Amino acid sequence: MPPTSRTPETEISLPDKIPITLTVNGREARLKLSPWVSLLDTLRDHLNLTGTKKGCDHGQCGACTVLVDGRRINSCLTLAVMKDGAKVTTVEGLAKDGVLHPVQQAFIDHDAFQCGYCTSGQICSAVGLIAEGKAQSADEIRELMSGNICRCGAYPNILAAIQQAMGGA
Amino acid sequence: MINFQYSRPGDIADAVRQIAADPRAKFIAGGTNILDLMKYDVERPAHLIDISRLPLTGVEETASGGMRIGALVPNSDLSYHPLIEARYPILASAIRAGASQQLRNMASTGGNLLQRTRCLYFYDVATPCNKRAPGSGCSAIDGINRQNAILGTSDACIATHPSDMCVALAVLEAKVHVAGPAGERVIAFEDFHRLPGKTPERDTNLAPNEIITAIELPARGFAKNYTYIKIRDRHSYAFALVSVAAALELEGKTIKEARLALGGVAHKPWRNKEVEATLNGQPATRESFRSAADALLRDAKGFGHNDFKVELARRAVVRALTQAAQGTPQSQSNKKIV
Repeated sequence: MPPTSRTPETEISLPDKIPITLTVNGREARLKLSPWVSLLDTLRDHLNLTGTKKGCDHGQCGACTVLVDGRRINSCLTLAVMKDGAKVTTVEGLAKDGVLHPVQQAFIDHDAFQCGYCTSGQICSAVGLIAEGKAQSADEIRELMSGNICRCGAYPNILAAIQQAMGGA
Repeated sequence: MINFQYSRPGDIADAVRQIAADPRAKFIAGGTNILDLMKYDVERPAHLIDISRLPLTGVEETASGGMRIGALVPNSDLSYHPLIEARYPILASAIRAGASQQLRNMASTGGNLLQRTRCLYFYDVATPCNKRAPGSGCSAIDGINRQNAILGTSDACIATHPSDMCVALAVLEAKVHVAGPAGERVIAFEDFHRLPGKTPERDTNLAPNEIITAIELPARGFAKNYTYIKIRDRHSYAFALVSVAAALELEGKTIKEARLALGGVAHKPWRNKEVEATLNGQPATRESFRSAADALLRDAKGFGHNDFKVELARRAVVRALTQAAQGTPQSQSNKKIV
């Protein structure tokens, strides 16, 4: 079979790359990006911060969770150009002066992961949850962590880790 | 993802000018639905107009005792707003029943109204779908239709509207404030979303060149006797099979006014005011609730995989009215249905 030639429905001229500034883990990053680059791909492919994982790339698994201006969001469903000027915290930015963040330490203490692929998203999500201050009971923690899927099923230990980090256990 | 132009209008008038000038443009606010749809090639805008920085983030009391919610207020902020929690707890509860906290942190109030159906075939560009490709046919009617509608369907489409928040807004009889090239107008909530009919590609009565600016809540919040129940395939972070928002005004044990809206069963939040009116003056008993539920589902029709929804909806309506009458609204964290 000869290759079929495809003509676009309408000519679209490629837009210029857009200059943006992000403060990622306290360091300013100046980037020039096409508008369709997600925040997730920006972190991984342009800033070499591969701690943030691409799971489903559709906002269904939570592996890409990061904190933007202090709030947890799915970086896969965010265009980097929309966040020009924002402060982004990824899992790489949680430890301070070589000391793990209390949530990171609690995940180790409670063995709150198996394969580890969802873990950076779980940890960033838990940091966001604690900052929100809306979860007190185990039920509330489970509900407000439901955007982070763990296919290994480490949920009981993830819950215990978050309770420890909240100062409960 | 496809390539597209990107712009960030400076004010609402500029946003309206930009959308009116480019029929292949779409607004982006939270981005949680449109970017997902673009990754699946379901939406293919040539231009995204970023409205996320427009000054539409206020939550204010109105002169008539209600509240006005800016279209860009994130869903999470709205559900935790002290006045919304106190005066419109049915809205706070419904919002928390939907999506995940990360998505609620991103998703906007206006965007929640405009999210598209999660019908499997709407998302699968390899299959016919009248909503995505008008005239191509409906794959769901004879397909895997567990999630699909049982009320108000047409031969062209059996999709459901996926929102939880909108089910509560239907019960509260909210108003949608919009702006367009011809100025501003207000759309009653029941007139905002459409039934599929012969034009399932149109979800709402918002014109393509209009922008939602605010949602207005009337003064009455039914904060005493209400509930939002959501039945789904897993306990959290799943779309409704059936959901019910119920609000009652009681006088002793007699119903003075009843309002009911169903999610997960139709192309829009489903209300039947005639059925609601039959509850007025009736005792708040299981018998009254059951006869209203029977009347509400009388014309319901399943398509095979979703036949179970008819009885599920009946029972959910009875349970919701019972919870509302008892003043024991459904918790969205402890999922026990009492």
